[in-house]
Amino acid sequence: MRITNHPILAFPEREKVLFIFDGETLEGFSGEPIVAALHAAGVRVLRHSLRHKRPRGLFCAIGNCSSCLMTVDGLPNVRVCTEPLQAGMKVETQKGRGEVL
Amino acid sequence: MKTDIAIIGAGPAGLVAALHAARAGARVLLLERFPYLGGQLIKQTHKFFGSRSEYAGERGVDIAGRLIGEVNAADRVTVWEDSAALGYYPDGVLTVRHQGEFRTILPGKLIVATGAAEKSLVFPNNDLPGIYGAGAVQTLMNVYGVLPGKRLLMVGAGNIGVIVAYQLLQAGVEVAAIIEAGPAVGCYQVHAAKVERCGVPIYTSHTVKHAQGGSSLEGVVICRLDSDWRPVAGTEKEFAVDGMCLAVGLSPLTELLWQAGCKMCYVPELGGNIPLRDDDLLTSHPDIYVAGDVAGIEEASTAMVEGKIAGLAAALASGDPAADLRPELTAAKAQLRALRAGPLSAKIRKGLAKVTKSALAEVV
Repeated sequence: MRITNHPILAFPEREKVLFIFDGETLEGFSGEPIVAALHAAGVRVLRHSLRHKRPRGLFCAIGNCSSCLMTVDGLPNVRVCTEPLQAGMKVETQKGRGEVL
Repeated sequence: MKTDIAIIGAGPAGLVAALHAARAGARVLLLERFPYLGGQLIKQTHKFFGSRSEYAGERGVDIAGRLIGEVNAADRVTVWEDSAALGYYPDGVLTVRHQGEFRTILPGKLIVATGAAEKSLVFPNNDLPGIYGAGAVQTLMNVYGVLPGKRLLMVGAGNIGVIVAYQLLQAGVEVAAIIEAGPAVGCYQVHAAKVERCGVPIYTSHTVKHAQGGSSLEGVVICRLDSDWRPVAGTEKEFAVDGMCLAVGLSPLTELLWQAGCKMCYVPELGGNIPLRDDDLLTSHPDIYVAGDVAGIEEASTAMVEGKIAGLAAALASGDPAADLRPELTAAKAQLRALRAGPLSAKIRKGLAKVTKSALAEVV
């Protein structure tokens, strides 16, 4: 959900782009953090923990806590709370540590 | 690359440090790990308190805009965005990841203004998606215009918790309640009164018993605490919420100070481990200054004055300043003392007494 009406802040329209989340095409704004676009689309589970496979979501939103690691364009462990969204990005829920090789 | 002063972090402390060091004649390199300047100021939509010299009456986001404009226009300040400091070594070399490239810098003096990170809280299911730090909620709503949920519970009635609860209401989110483990709210009364007028109940002496949900948060059970902070059986209350916001304090981001070998001290009043320092904000390392939350958790207003002190002191120490900086430095120190003089700063003063000059003399 996006804020449409706010007493103090204005959120100007930005360039809309499409990206792929786990095979599904979603829409977001170019340059916003990937997690903002996911949240706006109602996606809150970003990865599953290594040992107990528990769902993990956004916690700090400033690149500190590593709760939001996802696989982006094949690269695992991307902090989607700070990584800017680009058109055509392929974003995947990360399971465990992620495969590098 | 050589520079007189490198500053790590472009939040309120780092921005002000850069401006004052440059005005004093030093060449400054300002490093920011994000692609934009301003730190956490850019999500502060409330008006600041204090006196006009600390930007009272202005919103944090507007203060950030002004400081960023001044820094970008300043002679002698080079700004590197998307640049994370990696380490600082005994030969005085600072290593940096600058827009994907590895770079080495040789600064005469270093000002560390790295800020702080949100603390979490221990309870069953505290890892469910939908449980956020208060700062994350502010970033999502106030910077990116995205709602964190439909109905949230706020944990912590300090200034951050209560201010963010009000900002949630402004963004159109329902706030089920604010809970606070202590027997009284920790925020300024004016903030608490504002949310209570909007119908948000504040439960003091209450904590989270557990969270519940499948793939994300669906509800929270709270309970009352007795005077020894033990949960009282039979006092549970359940809230159906899709979000919970933890505003239970911050911890200083001190990794670089530890790595560089600065003497540190655990000071719970100021958020955890913080560096020993003198009143110029010089640490036990002869070339490393600190300013802002990394030096102890306080507010943006004190962070900005600390930035001024560290910026002036570092410029003075790097030699050949444009003018006699000492009167301005003395005035900034007096301003900082005045900011911390009130009864609400008693805890801050107690914490600072453990890490300032005399403590430094004992260990160095």
